[in-house]
Amino acid sequence: MHSRIALLASIGAIALGSIGFGLAAAAEPPSPLGFGRPATPAEIAAADIDVRADGAGLPPGRGSVTDGAALFASSCSACHGEQGQKPVAGSPRLMGGLGTLATPKPVKTVGSYWPYATTLFDYIRRAMPFQAPGSLSDDQVYALTAYVLRLNGIVPDAAVLDAATLPKVRMPNRDGFVRNPNG
Amino acid sequence: MPGNVATGMSRRGVLRRTGLALAGVSAASQTARSGSASAAESDAPPSMLEQGAPVTDNPYGVPSVFEKAVVRIPGGKPPFPTAAHMLTPLQDMHGIITPNGLHYVRDHGGTPAIDPDRHRLLVHGMVDRPLSFGMDDLMRFPSVSRVHFLECSGNTPLYKSGKPEWSVQMTHGLLSCAEWTGVRLADVLAEAGLKPGATWMLAEGADAAAMTRSIPVAKALDDAILAYAQNGERLRPEQGYPLRLFLPGYEGNTSVKWLHRLKLGDQPFQTREETSKYSSLMPDGTARQFNFTMEVKSVITQPSPGHGPRGSGFCEITGLAWSGHGRIVRVEVSTDNGATWRDAVLQDPVLSKCLTRFRLPWTWDGGAAMLQSRATDETGAVQPTRDKLLAARGANYFYHYNAITTWRMAPAGEMTLAL
Repeated sequence: MHSRIALLASIGAIALGSIGFGLAAAAEPPSPLGFGRPATPAEIAAADIDVRADGAGLPPGRGSVTDGAALFASSCSACHGEQGQKPVAGSPRLMGGLGTLATPKPVKTVGSYWPYATTLFDYIRRAMPFQAPGSLSDDQVYALTAYVLRLNGIVPDAAVLDAATLPKVRMPNRDGFVRNPNG
Repeated sequence: MPGNVATGMSRRGVLRRTGLALAGVSAASQTARSGSASAAESDAPPSMLEQGAPVTDNPYGVPSVFEKAVVRIPGGKPPFPTAAHMLTPLQDMHGIITPNGLHYVRDHGGTPAIDPDRHRLLVHGMVDRPLSFGMDDLMRFPSVSRVHFLECSGNTPLYKSGKPEWSVQMTHGLLSCAEWTGVRLADVLAEAGLKPGATWMLAEGADAAAMTRSIPVAKALDDAILAYAQNGERLRPEQGYPLRLFLPGYEGNTSVKWLHRLKLGDQPFQTREETSKYSSLMPDGTARQFNFTMEVKSVITQPSPGHGPRGSGFCEITGLAWSGHGRIVRVEVSTDNGATWRDAVLQDPVLSKCLTRFRLPWTWDGGAAMLQSRATDETGAVQPTRDKLLAARGANYFYHYNAITTWRMAPAGEMTLAL
């Protein structure tokens, strides 16, 4: 479809050019040019991994705090520390820090700083664990998200998160962000 | 030591110095250059007495062996070497262009090696026609080349403190400038056709961090480039080969490298990078996010810490000025801690969202001095003092530090950072 439109546009441009004499040399390129090919639904689905603040993009699946705890111990705590508290140098602390943002030593963690719980799912899925990004199943990402939120006291021990429940989790610093007016 | 470098001492030089010259070299060839029967006492530079290295030795040229100290350095030993940065040696840069091998680097998941023949860019979301482009497709679009600076939002980490011995490479080296060539993003988006209400664009990299930032569509349609080349050659791997987004004037991390996906939407995507990372705390504990444009800024690159004057007398003060809002119109220099200012000369070309080289002839009397530069851009914005910046933002802001930097010069010429 796309290439057919482009072809017609090209023919049109050639026709106009031959009628308009010298105009063709300075003419703008036709738009659209017809470059590229239609993206297939399958390739879009495979690449479309982002999750928006309102939960758009969350996949099917679910994960519990309990499952997340076990997975965290085996895949995450080496860098982030047991229960996300004492990370190795260069690795972010994941819990605590509430009430510190206006002090001389702010501690920015998932619990104290992050405005959206959905961002946690998005980031774990795209970039964690550090040595093997993209290796977790969606269920595992839900479970780790649930566990890190539990570490911060944001969800209860029995929490099981999925595409319906995760967007409803309200983060402590949800209203702490202001768009820079001078961006 | 030059004599220890492979090309610095010739075979003949060795022979000459060991007293064997006459045994292996014809007398005629020596007298021809030196005009003396005693070649061993010739004053001619050794490089004039022999053939240099074969022209065909370096299919891809490299800097002189005597320039080995001019390199990028990390700010410290990074705990995670793939999530780290390297700083441009601004004190050794001339003019405004950063050589590709010295362009600053900030990676979040290492530098991938991507085969351009397998690399594709997906454009989808709120578009009429979701499209997939190969590099060959993208390079068919009308091309554009523009010279722009790129600055990391975390450049100049001086809100809380700095170390006196920090060089300008340490304080300002997450700054570089290159001629970027690619295609207008607006042209590529026109192929897909934006749906009404598409106001934000997610840009995603094909690296291990799957680096993502939300970009206003207004910026994408204004002056954004899909860049495939840098200073005349294809992008370096650490600059996003084979394709990067380039957003003139915006903080560096938004110019997503190894770009493989653009998704149009009607709101920002609130990724980790634009919520928890590249946001800034105000004194009341609220955070400012989407702090895109790098503000007006300048710094003196020579003389500077570790690169002080070689003696009293004439000493050219030179440095760089830039603004993400447009052209630099004025740079003033003070040698007395801001008590008095003189206008520096701006070196042509003075381009929008580009480094501008400034110079001021100065005679150093050999006494103590406090060197500062202060830039003004075409919007009238003037680079603030450190006190003014801290009063406006507090010390927890961390990013976008653009205050006037002061170099302290001791009577002996030793220079240090005075904040």
